[in-house]
Amino acid sequence: MNTNMMRFSFSSQSRNEAFARVTVASFVSQLDPTMDELTEIKTVVSEAVTNSIIHGYNSDPDQMITIICTLSDDEVELIIQDEGVGIPDVDEAMEPLYTSKPDLERSGMGFTIMENFMDHVYVHSTEGEGTTVTMNKQFNRSKAMSQ
Amino acid sequence: MGLTVDYELKETILLARLNGELDHHTASELKESWQLALQQPGIKHMVLNLESLSFMDSSGLGVILGRYKELKAEGREMVVCSLTPAVDRLFQLSGLFKIIRFEENERYALETFGVVLS
Repeated sequence: MNTNMMRFSFSSQSRNEAFARVTVASFVSQLDPTMDELTEIKTVVSEAVTNSIIHGYNSDPDQMITIICTLSDDEVELIIQDEGVGIPDVDEAMEPLYTSKPDLERSGMGFTIMENFMDHVYVHSTEGEGTTVTMNKQFNRSKAMSQ
Repeated sequence: MGLTVDYELKETILLARLNGELDHHTASELKESWQLALQQPGIKHMVLNLESLSFMDSSGLGVILGRYKELKAEGREMVVCSLTPAVDRLFQLSGLFKIIRFEENERYALETFGVVLS
């Protein structure tokens, strides 16, 4: 199995949301994903990073978010980590339309989108220590080039 | 990257065209300019054209739903038109299709408000 990995960290500032999703999409492009698959990856990165900024760090711009992306054959694993306040009740947070910040016009759809666009989404969170979102996705095998 | 918005007045209808990427970062800027544009006198309803929106996430859903609610509270209507497949999928997922009225293109959306373009 050929494994290729990258890791990067950046300040918890909203201007970095576009940087994060474009960087991951660029790395993942090595697997020759479809445009739809690439859009899905960009969207879930945007959702997880936005969660870390708004909820994990309460919009404090001086914290750090780390993304680790691993490619193995035709599968991508994405790990998005913050060292923020954590999520008291992960199951509740993952319910569609649930938001802890309705005043900020949050749609409550972030985790629902992640679960729809990826094959697996696993959230590990400890209050006061931070949140790690791990997501996996297998790209369409049929169109993969033969080795 | 980033987001630009063109606002145009078509009779009593505010037409807003979004170009670029709508995420949490650009949503806060959009909210400000959008609320300001809606304060212009004489505007009854609005049409939101998403044809040139190359990226949107759930923050985009939030800011659109926010303006929809504000308009509705004043008895005004918002119609969204020209969705790309990716944006269409997010509206489907969120259930906003059941709340907001969508039309295929800008011309038709304006016509539903009685604005006929020459």
